[in-house]
Amino acid sequence: MTIKQTLKLCFLLLIFSCASSKISKIEGERLTIDENINPKTEIENFIKPYREHVNKDMDNVISYAPETYTKSDGELNTAIGNLMADAVYDEGNPVFYKKTGKYIDFVLLNHGGIRSIISKGNVTTRTAYEVMPFENSVVVAAIKGDKVNEMMTYLANAKRAHPVSRQLQLTITADNEVKSATVHKEPIDVTKTYYVATNDYLYNGGDGMTFFKPNDGLTVLDYKIRNVLIDNFKKTDTLHPVRDNRFIKLNF
Amino acid sequence: MKRRQFIQKSTAATVLAGVGGLGLQSFGSSKTKKITILHTNDVHSHIDPFGPDDGRNANKGGVARRATLVDAIRKENPNTLLLDAGDIFQGTPYFNYYGGELEFKLMSMLKYDVATIGNHDFDNGIDGLYAQIPHAKFDFVSANYDFSNTVMDTHVKPYKIIVKDGIKIGIFGLGIKLDGLVDKNMYKETVYLDPIEKAQDMSRLLKEEQKCDLVICLSHIGYDYKKDSDKVSDLKLARATKDIDLIIGGHTHTFLPKPTIEKNSVGKNVLVNQVGCYGLYLGKVDFYFNSGKNIKADGAAIVV
Ligand SMILES: [Zn+2]
Repeated sequence: MTIKQTLKLCFLLLIFSCASSKISKIEGERLTIDENINPKTEIENFIKPYREHVNKDMDNVISYAPETYTKSDGELNTAIGNLMADAVYDEGNPVFYKKTGKYIDFVLLNHGGIRSIISKGNVTTRTAYEVMPFENSVVVAAIKGDKVNEMMTYLANAKRAHPVSRQLQLTITADNEVKSATVHKEPIDVTKTYYVATNDYLYNGGDGMTFFKPNDGLTVLDYKIRNVLIDNFKKTDTLHPVRDNRFIKLNF
Repeated sequence: MKRRQFIQKSTAATVLAGVGGLGLQSFGSSKTKKITILHTNDVHSHIDPFGPDDGRNANKGGVARRATLVDAIRKENPNTLLLDAGDIFQGTPYFNYYGGELEFKLMSMLKYDVATIGNHDFDNGIDGLYAQIPHAKFDFVSANYDFSNTVMDTHVKPYKIIVKDGIKIGIFGLGIKLDGLVDKNMYKETVYLDPIEKAQDMSRLLKEEQKCDLVICLSHIGYDYKKDSDKVSDLKLARATKDIDLIIGGHTHTFLPKPTIEKNSVGKNVLVNQVGCYGLYLGKVDFYFNSGKNIKADGAAIVV
């Protein structure tokens, strides 16, 4: 028998054996991975240097927090939210200017995007990962004043401390109507184009924020919010975030 | 451990209440073979176990533990395959620091056989995924992502056939629609094709042309979208196709305590399974094959 013939026979046998195997029974179960299973030493040892490197880096002290800041310590603006929005402005504006020759007018983030507290004490790289575990990046949308007004109405009705940067001042009435809204202390001009920095999630309509579209253009800064925070913390020896009057509600 | 046992038969002729594994020997000259399919999905870079203080998953997960479990199962049955249904990347600083290198290296050490590609596997761009390919000693399958105009061309095959103990197993992959989910800058010229059409092509090719004994779909399209009825899902896929035996799903992070049994387009059973996310669980499906000639029934007892 030639090699070719042998191969042909093997092939036929394979086909035959395949064609005649039928599933007679199927059993399915779900196995839990927990502390009752010992970790495999070889794998554990392999991970160890990676883990140590990541932890060393993550535990790198980059700033200091004199207090604990949480996203629930203010009704419509919080110290931590103001810190984040201002950081996006301060770190994002030079990048935006370099790309476009224009300046960011103000920043809007979302309250739900603050994923953790900043605890009193050392602020580390890990803090930034905890506050912002997601990969969302800064984008700048060019929107007309009427869209900014839509945004103000949204904020007035949202009843949440969505972070805005210090260039915006919004005051709402006790029954959630916009009382006054200014950008750089000027009333909103419906004919003007505003450059509003946010993250890609909100730009795409996240949290019901539909006012970024349609627009007069979008600039992607290629700058993750988390990296904004890390860069900002590194520049600041001690964080001093404060609650202020950028977004407030009147009692009457 | 209390496990709810559920026996379903598509052919009444061979029903044996409380079927034991060896009851099959009663078919005379037949020989029973067993193929074990182990699977994970949406592990999202969760290499270390969750800590004791974690609010939801305290002390669960961990790759090194998964390795111990997989070893024990392989020791019991060498005819075992280990599969992953995508979203290997993104979720812990390991990904941010090493770009997926550690994930692929560990999966290679655990001897994963085949994986498909999830939307988060594009998180460092298609170039970021490509850069990690040298660390993966396992195969990637996707039948509905056309990578031909990207760097991933030739690194992802539509399907893979593996023969274990003479049993021919065909595994094909399906990915989710990228538009609107992943930035175009990330997936670049990857072309998304209709998953149901591709699954129909694949199952015909694997069953009829390649004569596979077992056809598995590794899917990252999501288990079920109740409110979004237009969206394709694993359950819809199961109903719209034939000749698929098992759909291993991902994307929706659905914790199924046991595989779902669906009827396919010709009324036969398909299993659909998904084990949530973060490597908290390992899915295990055992297929028993009878190679004798005198088997008439084409329905299998399903014990889940
Ligand atoms: Zn996922």
